[in-house]
Amino acid sequence: MSEKLLKPGTYFMMGNMACVEAALIAGCRFFAGYPITPSSEIFERASLRFPQVGGVAVEMEDELGSMAAIIGASYAGAKAMTATSGPGFSLMMENIGLAFIMEAPVVVVNVQRAGPSTGIPTLVGQGDVMQARWGSHGDLETIAYCPSSVQEFFDLTIKAFNTAERFRTPVFVLADQVVGMMWERLRVPQYEEIEVVERERLSPDMLGSRPPFDYSQDFNPMPIVGTGCRVNVDSLTHDERGYPTTDHAVSERMLSHLLGKIRNHAHEIWRWEEQMMDDAEIAVIAYGSTARSALKAVKTARSRGIRVGLVKLLTIWPFPDELIEKISQKVNAIVVPEINYGQLIHPVKEHAKCPVVGVNWAPGSLIEPHVIVDALEVIAA
Amino acid sequence: MSELQVLAGREIIAQSHVRDTLLRAERLPHIWCPGCGIGIVLGAYAHAVERSSIPVEKHVCISGIGCTGRVSGYMNLDSFHTTHGRAIAFATGMALFRPELEITVISGDGDITTIGGNHLIHAARRNVDINVIMVNNFNYGMTGGQHGATTPLEAKTYTTPYGNIETPFNVPYLVAAAGASFVARWTTLHVRQLAKAVERMMEVEGFAFLEVVSPCPPTFGEFNGFPEALDMMEYFRKHCVVDHSADLSKIGIGLKPGEKLVVGNFVDRRRPSYQELLEEMRGRAMGGEHK
Repeated sequence: MSEKLLKPGTYFMMGNMACVEAALIAGCRFFAGYPITPSSEIFERASLRFPQVGGVAVEMEDELGSMAAIIGASYAGAKAMTATSGPGFSLMMENIGLAFIMEAPVVVVNVQRAGPSTGIPTLVGQGDVMQARWGSHGDLETIAYCPSSVQEFFDLTIKAFNTAERFRTPVFVLADQVVGMMWERLRVPQYEEIEVVERERLSPDMLGSRPPFDYSQDFNPMPIVGTGCRVNVDSLTHDERGYPTTDHAVSERMLSHLLGKIRNHAHEIWRWEEQMMDDAEIAVIAYGSTARSALKAVKTARSRGIRVGLVKLLTIWPFPDELIEKISQKVNAIVVPEINYGQLIHPVKEHAKCPVVGVNWAPGSLIEPHVIVDALEVIAA
Repeated sequence: MSELQVLAGREIIAQSHVRDTLLRAERLPHIWCPGCGIGIVLGAYAHAVERSSIPVEKHVCISGIGCTGRVSGYMNLDSFHTTHGRAIAFATGMALFRPELEITVISGDGDITTIGGNHLIHAARRNVDINVIMVNNFNYGMTGGQHGATTPLEAKTYTTPYGNIETPFNVPYLVAAAGASFVARWTTLHVRQLAKAVERMMEVEGFAFLEVVSPCPPTFGEFNGFPEALDMMEYFRKHCVVDHSADLSKIGIGLKPGEKLVVGNFVDRRRPSYQELLEEMRGRAMGGEHK
């Protein structure tokens, strides 16, 4: 690995900066961005660091352009990323769909902020959870990781690139203002301990025996421009050759492939951590910075004799349905605190076999642990 | 096999074409209407690719959405049919990561100047080393004939039934002002000049832009005095004036009788491309220079 990468060791670092260092270690060499609070430190550090390792960091005219540019760079062979917050994420939805249908591996970091529209740019929110799942039109299957610390922001950014390369699809890192702007301890492991996945590439001689988009396979090697593959890559529904079609059967095959490659391998994507769940009668299911409040709340409730545990979701999409189903058969109730007015609670309710209660608070601040403790006390009683 | 094949109800007279290796012949017949000018532009591009000194596998064709957006899919190259208006932004990402590629965006006037206008001016401002060929047929053809940012004043379309009240862009003037290295305009009547201009664009360092004025008989022509394919070709023949040093502020298109339609290779200047500046800046960054 390049000597210009962040060396193994322990650092005190901001989440947004750790994200950039992780991207470089994961092999990302193309960044396209547009400044937006509270993610701008990612773009700023990328502008400083990417050229040092021979990469490109470019400011586009808007987030529509950023998203389009990273897909173009991805097909040029780059591991490519952008970073934004809610308003920019909204603009990216169009070309997130393009990356999905073109099967372009890209990473989109969204440092979430508060409120709809311009909202409160400088304060925390978790309001883009459903947008990450359903924001782009048509049927998509999306992948989203949620870090709750600087270390997780680092680790999950690397994971996001690996998942994007393996699945050839856009992957989100759904951070939030607290995680992005917090300074915290970061441990960079020895490089040989870090898994870095490289994409499988299509070569022209492979095209004699297989189409470029083989829908009978979950994973296909990617045609990179300039290598002689001469493949058509289309935003229209396309057949195995990449040619546009309105044929129902082909459309069904293409969508089954695009959705299936993620659904069939969800086990590889799911990451979560359980704490104090062995004897738990109540489970708190939390993600992102809310998991920090939730852990404090669980400990406080335990000290008051309530048998409660924490399930911290590091992957929220594809939704870990089997996990929720299993947990809900062990506990009497599930509590879902979120810095929004009820988003991830919906799939939890869909899959849980026990009552599910939300703790929702989203004026632009973390949920204070005592609010969750109050809910746990009411439920335990 | 007989000399005369019938495919999808249309007669195919020839078994092959000299540029078959550059076209995805199995995708023909194409979707364009009789009298459409886009095929002429495709031909000019294929001709230029053939003549260019750059290997075929380094050529990339990228389109947005619309009638002209279908060009990329007929080219037997690395080709991309992207989202509406975003082809230039897509091409920018590809071109910055792999400067050795010869990337040509071919798309329509609505795609390039209306929904994609912001990407156009910023790519020209940065002088990104890509080629953009914009086929201007003055309307949105694919969606049935609505007006856009190039529709002449007073022209009738389905969304300007009382005549267009919006002033259109003078696109070469706009792109030249934004900073492009190369700016030209030809029509589909100027087949040879068109192909030569595209060849030149492939040599130019920096943003190279070509407007190709083209007939659209069924959706634009019908309501604006050009109902048959030859009507607009005849207009071009009578009204076109070649003036490479034209005052670009005066070459807006009104399609009025008696008005000049100015064509030519208006701008061909050496400005550092974005890729050149990027390479130089990266050299400083890799050499340890800190901001």
